[in-house]
Amino acid sequence: MGRERFILIDRAEDQPLTPDEYRRTGGYQGLEKALRQYSPGEVTKMVLDSGLRGHGGAGFPTGRKWSFLKDGAPYPRYIVANTDEMEPGTFKDRVLLSVNPHTVIEGMVIAAYANSAEKGYFFVRPSYEQITLTFEKALEEARSAGLVGQNVLGTDFSFDITVHRSAGRYICGEAKGLIHALEGKRPHPNIEGHLTDGGLWGQPTIVNNAETLAYVPHILRNGAEWFRNLGRHEKAPGVKIYSVSGRVNHPGAFELPFGTPLGEIIDEHAGGMQAGCEFKASLTGGASTRYLTRKHLGVSMDFDSVEELGPTFHLGTGAIVVFDHKTCLVAATLNMMHFFARESCGWCTPCREGLPYMEDLLRRIENGEGREEFIPVLREMCGHMSKAYCAFAAGAAASVIGLLEDFIDEVHEHISLKKCPFEHRVRDNWPLKTSSAENQKP
Amino acid sequence: MIPKAMKDQLGKHIAASEHPREQAVDVMYALQAHYGYLSDEAVFEAAELLGMTPLEIEELATFYDFIYRKPVGRYVIHVCDSTTCWMFGHESVVDYLAGRLGVMAGETTADGLFTLLPVCCVGYCDHAPVMLINGKPYGDLTPESIDEILEALRTRQPDVEEVK
Repeated sequence: MGRERFILIDRAEDQPLTPDEYRRTGGYQGLEKALRQYSPGEVTKMVLDSGLRGHGGAGFPTGRKWSFLKDGAPYPRYIVANTDEMEPGTFKDRVLLSVNPHTVIEGMVIAAYANSAEKGYFFVRPSYEQITLTFEKALEEARSAGLVGQNVLGTDFSFDITVHRSAGRYICGEAKGLIHALEGKRPHPNIEGHLTDGGLWGQPTIVNNAETLAYVPHILRNGAEWFRNLGRHEKAPGVKIYSVSGRVNHPGAFELPFGTPLGEIIDEHAGGMQAGCEFKASLTGGASTRYLTRKHLGVSMDFDSVEELGPTFHLGTGAIVVFDHKTCLVAATLNMMHFFARESCGWCTPCREGLPYMEDLLRRIENGEGREEFIPVLREMCGHMSKAYCAFAAGAAASVIGLLEDFIDEVHEHISLKKCPFEHRVRDNWPLKTSSAENQKP
Repeated sequence: MIPKAMKDQLGKHIAASEHPREQAVDVMYALQAHYGYLSDEAVFEAAELLGMTPLEIEELATFYDFIYRKPVGRYVIHVCDSTTCWMFGHESVVDYLAGRLGVMAGETTADGLFTLLPVCCVGYCDHAPVMLINGKPYGDLTPESIDEILEALRTRQPDVEEVK
């Protein structure tokens, strides 16, 4: 690809950019500019104007999140880089941090300056120990270069970062669950109100996804207008790292103009469908999002365009999991429901009780013990999931809603045949015929 | 009981932090590394070190899937069972490992080397199917590669830090 990439530098995952290499890509110029030329409010304004939105899945405008922090809010204030990344199908932050840790550090320092925070946390999941070590090394390099720590770049602004290694569980990626995890409490997401009013230890706190923070230095360096224009159209400002996996020839993480159409991502970047596989459906942002179907291949993969498809469509993390025509979507949905039922933190009733019930209904349908009356019950349960305390359960319902809306024939077929029409194809899918010695990584 | 030097070191680590509880996960990891799992004794020691109740530690320990409240083997194998790995046959991977090791998911081999567990998406979907062994990812698994990995671990001398 000849196109310039900004945060996802093309290189092996065990070869992160050194500080010098990062500087040659314009690294730490954004921070210089922020500290020397702009007030914290001006930095927030710039991020707001850039149209940058949260890439952790919710798509909330980053500048607006920052501007919730009230003038005169108490100190200390905290910034958290959320690298929990546990949405099934999502691995963009892993690739980003493997190759370009400094851009996340620089983004954190700029975010801290904009919000007058003095301490930051890098919250990371246990299966990412390798990038945690890479991050710690980069952090040490940034400290010794005066970019993090006391008097950043010789100014009177000080900010330091602590690495927090988590011990698993999906709910820790939810901002409020994450706060409790950092505090050494059971990570239930039960905090009332905005984290900017009372987050970590009751203090004002901003939690941003690692990818979101990685764009901030580039916005500062090149301007809000420049960033907006990187996208494919007005409603899709900037760029996005899409994680593509499933039945494609070249699964991977691709930094592309925001709003690149689904079909183009699959065909031109992920190498198209594997031989013998026809596109049937894809997720847009991991297991918490609805299936897109063949008719959606032209859809622009940005927050607004996907939401315009209907009330339960969301882009999520941009994790495109591609299913082919031989994959049973009842079984796929069951797999996702199993994930959610197990990962539910158990704090509120709709989620704790509802998800195992939905999993049971789906399992019975998949096993050929389903009945037609399960379908309205599943629909009703999907509705109840929006009554849960956090967005977890509503996300869990998304694939079920998609299954019942767009692939209902497949459900009926399971019920009338009293078995899965795809047999147990999934078990036959291993070992992969396409795997070769050079593929044996990581 | 943990050695005094370790206790002092953990105590220092906790004292250096503004909010001792913040170190709860680190302390559980450290005690787990020492005992091989988070034993009852470790729960009480963690509570004492952190100024928390044993119940508060238990509440955390049982929540996290990388903290083990029961003895595990020297190598904990977590097989990813989420969407992309499922699509690429994680069930067969589990069956294959179970057959090779002679254990069911959740069990430890008689020689105390391997524990087989399921885990949700580990973030290596571009290399599905994937497993973690003691947190280290192994991707694009085939029967041959699994055999090689298990053999290498079986014949490997324990690292210094693994010697209890």
